Amino acid sequence: MLTNTLPPGLNPLTPEQSTQMQTLLTTLTPIQQAWISGFLAATAGAAGATAVQAPAQQAEKAVLTVLYGSQTGNAKHVAQDVAAKAKARGLDVKLVDMADYKPNQLKNERYMVVVVSTYGEGEPPEPALKLFDFIGSKKAPKLDGTKIAVLGLGDTSYEFFCKTAVDFEERLTALGATVLVERALLDVDYDDHAAAWIDGTVDAFEPDLKADAQPSNVVPLTPGMAAPAPAASQWTKKNPFTAEVNAVQKITGRDSTKDVRHLEVSLEGSGITYQAGDSLGVYFHNDPVEVDETLALLNLDGAAEVTVGGQQKTLREALTQDLELTQSYPTFVEKFAEATDNDALRKLASDKAALREYIADRQIFDILREHKDGATPQSLVDSLRKMQPRLYSIASSQKEAEDEVHVTVGVVEYNAHGRNHLGGASGHLGRRLADTGELRVFVEENNNFRLPADPDAPVIMIGPGTGIAPFRAFLQDRDADGASGRNWLFFGNPHFTQDFLYQVELQGYLKSGLLTKLDVAFSRDQAEKVYVQHRIVEQGAELWKWLDEGAHLYICGDADRMAKDVHDALIQVLVEHGKHSVESAEAFLVEMRDNRRYQRDVY
Amino acid sequence: MLDNTANPNLIVEGKLADNERLKRESDFLRGTITEDLQDRITGGFTADNFQLIRFHGMYQQDDRDIRPERAQQKLEPLHNVMLRARMPGGIITPEQWLIVEKFAADHTIYGSVRLTTRQTFQFHGVLKPNIKNMHQTLASAGIDSIATAGDVNRNVLCTTNPVESELHQEAYEWSKRISEHLLPKTRAYAEIWLDGEKVKTTEEPILGNTYLPRKFKTTVSIPPNNEVDVHANDLNFVAIAENGKLIGWNVLVGGGLAMTHGDTATYPRKADDFGFIPLEHTLAVAEHVVTVQRDWGNRVNRKNAKTKYTLDRVGTDTFKAEVEKRAGVKFGPSRPYEFTSRGDRFGWVEGVDGKHHLTLYILSGRILDYPGRPLKTGLRKIAEIHQGDFRMTANQNLVVAGVPADQKAEIERIAREHGLIDDLMTPQLKNSMACVALPTCPLAMAEAERFLPELVENVEGLLQKHGIGQDHLILRVVGCPNGCGRAMLAEAGLVGKGPGKYNLYLGGNRVGTRIPKLHLENVSAEVILAELDTLIGQWAAERNEDEGFGDFVIRKGVVPEVKVSVTDFHA
Repeated sequence: MLTNTLPPGLNPLTPEQSTQMQTLLTTLTPIQQAWISGFLAATAGAAGATAVQAPAQQAEKAVLTVLYGSQTGNAKHVAQDVAAKAKARGLDVKLVDMADYKPNQLKNERYMVVVVSTYGEGEPPEPALKLFDFIGSKKAPKLDGTKIAVLGLGDTSYEFFCKTAVDFEERLTALGATVLVERALLDVDYDDHAAAWIDGTVDAFEPDLKADAQPSNVVPLTPGMAAPAPAASQWTKKNPFTAEVNAVQKITGRDSTKDVRHLEVSLEGSGITYQAGDSLGVYFHNDPVEVDETLALLNLDGAAEVTVGGQQKTLREALTQDLELTQSYPTFVEKFAEATDNDALRKLASDKAALREYIADRQIFDILREHKDGATPQSLVDSLRKMQPRLYSIASSQKEAEDEVHVTVGVVEYNAHGRNHLGGASGHLGRRLADTGELRVFVEENNNFRLPADPDAPVIMIGPGTGIAPFRAFLQDRDADGASGRNWLFFGNPHFTQDFLYQVELQGYLKSGLLTKLDVAFSRDQAEKVYVQHRIVEQGAELWKWLDEGAHLYICGDADRMAKDVHDALIQVLVEHGKHSVESAEAFLVEMRDNRRYQRDVY
Repeated sequence: MLDNTANPNLIVEGKLADNERLKRESDFLRGTITEDLQDRITGGFTADNFQLIRFHGMYQQDDRDIRPERAQQKLEPLHNVMLRARMPGGIITPEQWLIVEKFAADHTIYGSVRLTTRQTFQFHGVLKPNIKNMHQTLASAGIDSIATAGDVNRNVLCTTNPVESELHQEAYEWSKRISEHLLPKTRAYAEIWLDGEKVKTTEEPILGNTYLPRKFKTTVSIPPNNEVDVHANDLNFVAIAENGKLIGWNVLVGGGLAMTHGDTATYPRKADDFGFIPLEHTLAVAEHVVTVQRDWGNRVNRKNAKTKYTLDRVGTDTFKAEVEKRAGVKFGPSRPYEFTSRGDRFGWVEGVDGKHHLTLYILSGRILDYPGRPLKTGLRKIAEIHQGDFRMTANQNLVVAGVPADQKAEIERIAREHGLIDDLMTPQLKNSMACVALPTCPLAMAEAERFLPELVENVEGLLQKHGIGQDHLILRVVGCPNGCGRAMLAEAGLVGKGPGKYNLYLGGNRVGTRIPKLHLENVSAEVILAELDTLIGQWAAERNEDEGFGDFVIRKGVVPEVKVSVTDFHA
């Protein structure tokens, strides 16, 4: 929520401008505020770079640069904590998203904290790619004398856990940087461990920074402060808003093999604002029936008192509300093996490859069912990690949905190991939540997935499956703004009659002219499977024309296959129609990415 | 085209109906159908094409049962098309049948083949990507669906009568010839669906460049069986034979059953007998009944556009004289003929050629594998060994025709094993009929096909209750007043008015030569059954010998007789 008072002395406006601004601010609704902030942030694209540059010059005056590369916002939050802690000690701090960072400033840095996550097969998150490539290239400067600390975030259920953080540290030290604090590589439950590392890190940097510091009244700016940040809400991951659910509507047909739900969640009274491209963080409950079944199988009393996160609760309550029971991860097997003195699990835990295979299609529920003996209420609780909220791309624009936020949830469901499995969050949202239910939510800002600032710029959106969600938000946004830029959407799913998500709305947008083009691929409606990448290639000439005319390109959806196949299709289009070689096509996309014209939100 | 200015009073002046515009602008029924087939965003057809595909034998429909559910799912209605094949006289070979039933199984939502009152079959639930394939599959079997709907002459009916094989063969050949003579000349069908060579059409010499004002239906019938219901049709050739040889026709013009609820300017009407013509004038008369209707039919108000209204407006004599003038033929005095039945002759009959024919009752014409009654599989097995042909009747049943004596037993065995012969079927069931209605027909206001089994069971109960369980009444249920199920020629006709509500019409006769009259309006099945209980009770007790239910209710004054529709029907 914005304050309606301009911070005195904390703004660069003339007194006259200040008064005008103050007058305007008092008349604005939260949505209008959000719009203005987005507008300023976006139109200040070039100016934003200046804002980053200004403190860069101050680096000589001993500034701690905190860089983050974040896919889902976690790395950003840790980086923000680092910055806040350092500021509290009176240090000058520059907090920058790697996506906003100009690599040629790197040579000026003397004190750096890098917080970066890893996704997929050990790959850097989208916003970190530019900097990551730069520090591995010949253009990278010498960093002799630069002191660094690296914190990685990851998920131990993936093979290449925190690989990007390790790579960052290796590349920076290869350039001559000195590691000041031993790196930390944190799992999904990073919250519990980050604080200690942050304290240690600020302790380590403080003496050097203070020794170097010169008096300065320059206020360190972060890009987020160039304009009031709409997500500066009191409702955060740590303090979610309890929202009412207005609607849970299945949006696939009755014969679909997929169960996709459209959720409308009321934000009324929260003051929460969001922008198209942001995600909604959602806390969920484990299936109470399944919890009870598991308790019975393990012969544990659900009413037993346990301590979880420093609080006394019943075991049933802890298992239902606080602890992860669906997404398996290796450390659970290790801990549970020890807690129950289970040699079979111990053996499994020692063979990483076998362990990965074992947990691949097992939920923690399955593991417990297969290893029923030996757990006590407290040892079970201590073996489990804290439930993490899940992020869903927001499917609405606040300009249209106003007090609501919409998300598109694909219910994960499969049969294995003798029982039906539902995804933790998707099962809760899609199946167990009644229309009148409550949901704890927060908005996770994503400045790396934003509509172009120029309303006239053409936009190409590639969003098969639930990847369509943020594009529904984009379209609503451009519709509300009356943005004149052309919009082209690629969508795909198995069957036309069953799986054409938001079909009627999209037909309306085609009719009204908001959507200039809509290309769809329904993979299973014919003998040969047809996916969005095939439509991209079919439409290559036109697609190239749009790109050549300055179109912005967005991809959202499945990271494993779709994102790669679409990338290959784009390269093919650039080669066939844009007179590129494969190498120059790759470079073209990298340049588009660096210019914020090519943004991806893949998962 | 004739010069209409000679008879200005015969033309209805005014702003032409929008369908006239779309026909005129369609480039002889092409429209932009080809573009719509490329459109992957909707399963439907857009704007004019929605109407134009009817001229190619298809209707755009959707599954109405799930329409609200899909609206909530943000999905468009489950658009699909129904196809009605052109099968003059309803004859289909076993080879054709196997292709047809396989397509239905592989490429339709419902998997069924539906026999209809137009003596043909329909596919229900064909999705847009399968449409072209459907036409090409049919073409490979020598079948098309040209002009089975829309403002054209539709599939030509012919009494099935397999017994008098020679007479039937001649009549059947005429039905085919008439059908082909009156077909549109445009190559649009072949171009769009069969990837045929593009040939510019410049004129429709018979149908006219804007086709007919409204749908037009033609039959060829062989008395004494009125299976085709001549009075439901615009143009009827009633066979006149001498010594078993066909010599000519009585020509009946201007029948039609469609009406609009609440619009008294619309009504079902019997055909007028124009008189006798010898065989050699058949095509000329067919052509010019069509051209007179083409030129004089009402193109301003589609609800008054059918031949029956033209006759009542210009006068039957004026119309007939114009046909005589254009065709260069004088109608002779009508030759005597009599209709004595309308139903199909179920079970085996032997024809004069010594071949055997098995008529199967198909409930509502729906051929599908039901639990315990795998009708479709049974017919497939018969088709695989059958040496004759199949004949779809205008009562939605099927004749396995031309079976040599030594194959009778085998075919009967298959039919019995698959529920195609069921000795428990009552006469009442066999004389009951329903149109398709919900969930696919967009016009239906109430259930028909899905309601029929329950209704028949109740009426059977009433007949038994009053001690006449082996008797029957001609009972027909339709979802709307457009006439597909010919309820307006039933002894008891139920016409859908709203969900669960029907108008009850009484007083048609057994042979289909009298229009029934409204008895109860907008009532539930319970009210109708209570009324039928009373009336069937009276009929059982007080009827004359061989007096049908319809004749009885007229004699008793339960409803007044409709003699001249235009004056009596709404009186």
